[in-house]
Amino acid sequence: MNNNRSPKHPLDNILRIDRIPHIWCPGCGIGTAFSSSLIAIQSAGTDLANTVVVSGIGCSGRGAGYVKLDSYHTTHGRAIPFATGMKLANPELSVIVFSGDGDLFAIGGNHFLHAARRNMDLTVICVNNFNYGMTGGQAAATTPCMAKTTTTPLGNPEAPFNLPLLAYASGATYVARWTMLHTRDLIQSVGEALARRGFSFIEVLAPCPTGYGRRNRQKPIDSLKLYQEKAIVKNGANPAEVILDFKQGITLGKFVEYDKPTFSDAYERICRPRAS
Amino acid sequence: MKPAVLTGEHFMDGDSACAEGALAAGCRFFAGYPITPATEIAEHMAKRLPELGGVFIQMEDEIAAMAAVLGASCAGTKSMTATSGPGFSLMMENIGLGLVMETPCVVVNVQRAGPSTGLPTLGAQGDMMQARWGSHGHYEIIALAPASPQELFFQTITAFNLSETYRLPVLIMADEVVGHLCERVIIPDQSKIGLQSRPRPKGRKDRFKPFHPGANGVAPMANAGEGYRVHLTGLTHDEKGYPVMTAEAHSEMVSRITGKIRANLSKIIQVEEYRLEDADVALISYGISSRSSLAAVDEAREQGIKAGLLRLVTVWPFPEHAIRELAKRVQCLITVELNLGQMHLEVQRCAGGMVPTLLVGHAGGTVITPARILEEIYVGSGRG
Amino acid sequence: MQFWRVPLDTEQIVVSKGIVYIIEDRCKGCGYCIEYCPRAVLEVSERFNSKGYHPPAIKQPDLCVNCHYCEAICPDFAIYSLEAPAQRISELSIQ
Repeated sequence: MNNNRSPKHPLDNILRIDRIPHIWCPGCGIGTAFSSSLIAIQSAGTDLANTVVVSGIGCSGRGAGYVKLDSYHTTHGRAIPFATGMKLANPELSVIVFSGDGDLFAIGGNHFLHAARRNMDLTVICVNNFNYGMTGGQAAATTPCMAKTTTTPLGNPEAPFNLPLLAYASGATYVARWTMLHTRDLIQSVGEALARRGFSFIEVLAPCPTGYGRRNRQKPIDSLKLYQEKAIVKNGANPAEVILDFKQGITLGKFVEYDKPTFSDAYERICRPRAS
Repeated sequence: MKPAVLTGEHFMDGDSACAEGALAAGCRFFAGYPITPATEIAEHMAKRLPELGGVFIQMEDEIAAMAAVLGASCAGTKSMTATSGPGFSLMMENIGLGLVMETPCVVVNVQRAGPSTGLPTLGAQGDMMQARWGSHGHYEIIALAPASPQELFFQTITAFNLSETYRLPVLIMADEVVGHLCERVIIPDQSKIGLQSRPRPKGRKDRFKPFHPGANGVAPMANAGEGYRVHLTGLTHDEKGYPVMTAEAHSEMVSRITGKIRANLSKIIQVEEYRLEDADVALISYGISSRSSLAAVDEAREQGIKAGLLRLVTVWPFPEHAIRELAKRVQCLITVELNLGQMHLEVQRCAGGMVPTLLVGHAGGTVITPARILEEIYVGSGRG
Repeated sequence: MQFWRVPLDTEQIVVSKGIVYIIEDRCKGCGYCIEYCPRAVLEVSERFNSKGYHPPAIKQPDLCVNCHYCEAICPDFAIYSLEAPAQRISELSIQ
C-alpha cells in the first residue's frame, strides 16, 4: 500500500529529515550500515540527548550530518581523538564514532591504535568499502590485493589490513565484523557495543558501487550476493585467523569480547590524589 | 590539596605560570604532547588537573592533542594545549577546524628556533606569521605575546576569556626564554580574577540555530549532551550548521567568522606604551625582545635620544591603528623581533611609507641585546 | 505459501502480517528490498520518482510478514513495514 501523504519512517525521529534524501549513491552500503546503527541507537534505551556521533571525512563521515543527535563532522582521520576529548570532558556522553576505512585506518590509523590501547569508552563503527569512495575510488589500506582502483589502475600491489586483528592487537575489548547484508547481527552488535564500557570496534563490509564495485566487476547486487555466499560466521574466532577474500571466504562474527578497565577507570584509580 | 588559584607571591618559571593561569581561568582539560620547551606546561597540568577534578591526557601526537582539545571544548569544558614550532605546524589543520566550528580553546606556542627541528632548547619568535596564516583558508585569529612569567599567568586568563567571548582558538605566542625564565609571579585572589564563559543559548532547543549570531556577532554555543542536538562540521555551513556547498554560503560563513573579530578590535587589541609621548624613535616589539627593548630605550634616553617602545600585547589582530598613529608623529620605527622580519612586514604595511622602518632581528637562538638595539636607534635617530 | 502437508498445529500458529509503506521520493532504485524480501512482496515499478529512479511496487501485499528486512536493508530510509492484524495460518490463502 503506497502512502502519498509524507509517511513517517520509524527512524524519522532520529534523522534530520530536512536533509533526506542523502548524498550516498544508489546501492551504497553506508546507508544500510548507518540505518542499522540508528536502529540500535534508538532501541538502546539510553538518553538520546547524551548520545553523540563523531565522524571524519569521507562518505561514511557524512553520516554524522544526517542523524538528529549532537554530531560532529571533524577533520580527516581525527574523529577518534576528538571523540576522546569529548568523552573525557563529559563521561556521561555515549560517544559513537561512525566513519570509513580510509579515514580510520590510513590517516587515522595511529589514533585508532592508541584509543584501542587505552580502552577508551567509545563505540567505533567502521564502514569498510575497500576504497576511498568520496574522492572517486582510490586505493585504501583495506583494498584487496590485485583490485583495480583509480590509483592502482593495473591492480593493487599492496596487501590490506586485517582490521579485527589490528583492533584486537591494539587492545580493543569488543571486536566484531559483519556486512551490511547481515543487518540483524549488525544491529545486535551495535547494541552490545553501546551497552558496554570500553573500546568497541565493529567493521561493516559495504559495497561502493560507484568507486570500488564499478572497477572490480561488482554490481551492487553482486556484492551482496558475494557477502551472502562467502560469509562464514565464526563467533569467537581468533582475529589472526579471520579472512576477507572474495573468492575464499569472509569470516564474520563477534570475535572478541572481554572486560578490562577503561582509560577513565584507570585514570580515576591511579591519577587522582588520594584523600589524606 | 591545593586550590585552583594559588593566591600569593611565587618564584616560578613561565611555563608553570602559564599552567597556573589556565587553572585560574577554569581550564579543566589539557591534552598535550611532550616538546621542548613547552613540556613543563603539560607536566604541571598532569600534576595539578587531577587534584581539581580535571583531566590530563598525553595524546599520541600534536594532531590528536588539538583534536581532543576541540572535542572537550565542544562537550563544555575549557581546554588547552601547549606546544612549540614543530607541534604548532601539526596542529594547524585542527586549529582551522576550531575556527570554523567556532570552538573556544587556548593553544600555547612556546616558540623555539626553526624551521624544522631547529634549536629545540633555544628561543626565537619565528612563528608569528604562521600564527596568523598557518591554517589554510582565510580567517581572523587572536594571538597574545607575553613578555614575562607574570604576563604568562595573566595572558593565559585573558586568552581563555577572549576564546570564550569570541568562540575561537586563541593563541599564546610565548618564546622559550619567557617560558623558562624564573621570576616573581603574583597570583591575586580568585575574586579579583574576571572570567568569561561562552554565550549560552536561550529559547526552544528544537529551534536553536548553532551559528545564528548574537548582538556582538558571536553565536551562542550549545554544548554536547544538553539536548540541542547540534551538528557541527568543518564543511562550509549555514546557520543551522548544515553543509551548504555554494559560494554565497561560503562568503557568509567566512564573513561571520572574520567579522566577529574585525567588529570588536577595540575590545580585543592591547598595546603598552613606554616613554612614547614625545618619542622620535619608536621601537615596536613583543615577548622577550620587548624586554631588551626596554633597556635600549632607557639607555638611549640617557644619551639624549628620545626613544620609546610600543609593546604589542596582542599581536593578532595586528594593532594597525596604533602603528598608523605612531607613524604620523615619529621619525622612525624600529621593529625588534627574534626573526628576520615578520611583524616587521605588518609595521611596514601600516606605516605606509610615512616613516623609515628599520628591523633589528636575527633567526633566533639567543636574545637580542640592548646594545644591538641601541646601534639601530642611533641609525634611526640620524646619529649613527 | 506452499505446504507439503498441512501441519498438525495449523489452527494454533499465528503468522505476523505487515503493511509495507514506500516513501517513493527517497528511493534510489538500488533494488535491494526487491531482491531480498523473503516473501517476494515487491517488484520494480515502471513509475519514476521525482529524481528519476524506479521505486519498488508492491506486488503481493498479503504475503508481507512484517519481517522488517526491507526496512533494515534499504540504504535510503525509503521503505518500512508496520504490523497489520495477525492471522492464523489456516486463514492464509495457501497456494
